[in-house]
Amino acid sequence: MTAPKVELAAVVKAFDGAPVLRGVDLAVHPHEVVCVIGPSGSGKSTLLKCVDLLVPIDAGTISLDGRAISTPDVNPNTVRQGMGIVFQAFNLFPHMTVLDNVTLGPRKVQGLSRSQAEDRARSLLGRFGLDDRADEYPDRLSGGQQQRVAIMRALAMDPGLMLLDEVTSALDPELIAEVLNAIRDLKAQGMTMLIATHEMGFARDVADRVAFLDDGVVLEEGPPERIFRSPTHARTGEFLQRIIDAGRL
Amino acid sequence: MTGPGLADVQRKGPRRLWPGGGSDGREEGARSALIAATSTVVFVGVVSWVVLTSELWPAVQRQFFSWTHFKRSFPDVLSGFWLDVQMFLVAEVLILAIGLVVAMIRALRGPAFLPLRALAVAYIDLIRGVPILLLILLLGFGVPALRLPGVPISALFWGVTALVVSYAAYTAEVYRAGIESVHESQRMSARSIGLTQFEALRHVIVPQAVRNVIPALLNGFVSLQKDVALVYVLGVREGLREADIYNARTFNYTSYVAAAVLFLAVSVPVARFTDWYTERHRRRRQAMSA
Repeated sequence: MTAPKVELAAVVKAFDGAPVLRGVDLAVHPHEVVCVIGPSGSGKSTLLKCVDLLVPIDAGTISLDGRAISTPDVNPNTVRQGMGIVFQAFNLFPHMTVLDNVTLGPRKVQGLSRSQAEDRARSLLGRFGLDDRADEYPDRLSGGQQQRVAIMRALAMDPGLMLLDEVTSALDPELIAEVLNAIRDLKAQGMTMLIATHEMGFARDVADRVAFLDDGVVLEEGPPERIFRSPTHARTGEFLQRIIDAGRL
Repeated sequence: MTGPGLADVQRKGPRRLWPGGGSDGREEGARSALIAATSTVVFVGVVSWVVLTSELWPAVQRQFFSWTHFKRSFPDVLSGFWLDVQMFLVAEVLILAIGLVVAMIRALRGPAFLPLRALAVAYIDLIRGVPILLLILLLGFGVPALRLPGVPISALFWGVTALVVSYAAYTAEVYRAGIESVHESQRMSARSIGLTQFEALRHVIVPQAVRNVIPALLNGFVSLQKDVALVYVLGVREGLREADIYNARTFNYTSYVAAAVLFLAVSVPVARFTDWYTERHRRRRQAMSA
């Protein structure tokens, strides 16, 4: 069996002494989609930021393609080029057009010429149905469009792994579907993804594996059918019951 | 000296000089304008009448507002003032550039950059704690007196240098306020696509930061525009110096008024522009967040 695309072993992270991750073990294999579910504050977001080295971990190991990336000798800039992250609040660069948002990384980091980078960006825009928005500024786009641009901005770097952090949580309900469809499209292309989400229906639908994160540890993981139908842990069951009661599953 | 400070950055918007306009109804706006115009005319009229009919006025006019002395001193003051304008232009460009570099150094994170950061902080603290006039005297008289080989001895050169050194420290703080006003998530997004700290600052953070502090930077322009006259203490024959020379010859102060008119002719439009720009900037941001 090949090495996991990304693997976390006993990852610990605390903010100002308050533990957020208390020994997380989790692996995502090539072309696999893993959804991390769990209550607010369980550490889902932090987990993804740790993988992208945006937040330094306190203990444990994170490996990418079998090589440790959480050690100080690794250049985080190089590591980040190999993965894309999309945030809950889109975080597009407001002073740049859609095209410039998507081409910035390829031009400045990968050294592509403007025309090469724009060709790549335009083909991505076409694929996600935003060709006519290339020259708009982000504040002229709907939330769903902004989030799709954010996905493209990450994809433009040609990443081997995508990290999606609650990408639909800030969207109006009618805009969620367009973003989820974009992610389904990525799965169909074989993209490896680690997704933190509150959308249980989506997780059940798109995930190869679901990991339930509770109080800083992965309490259980498995295929979505099993996790959603017959969770082993009482806490997983309680969490899912709350979601069902809220009418979200 | 009145350098641009953090208060300028935090200032919400300019005071409105004229009432009316905006969201007021058209009729109400016209009424406000009429009231404003009437009260202004009455006020100016009363003050002028009181001043001009005062027994002291002829003496004041002779000393400060003599048309003859104005005409006689104006050409020299004007040519000196041209030097002020040139000093301002050269200094401002350097100030904007150096201030930005210092602010960017201060914004770098990580233990590796600690010495650089410490240097930037020390520079800002040191310079901001010293009167600008002291700096001008120190560099303008002190350095040439050393007679170091290859080092310029021109008072003009060192005067402008002192202005740049001083103003760049204040301007770095203005930029820093701007950099801190850009949300952390922007830095994170920039780093996530593989940009280095410096690239993230240069392409993502600073362009947004500068936009947020343009009003404060413009206030710095107004301030520097008159502070260039401080180099007169070094004997540089700029506008104020020329006015001073004329006064020393004639014991008449109209030459100072002539210099004041020239400084005002530049600073008032810039100040009005700053207010106009700040207001527009504020409205745009409000429209964006709506």
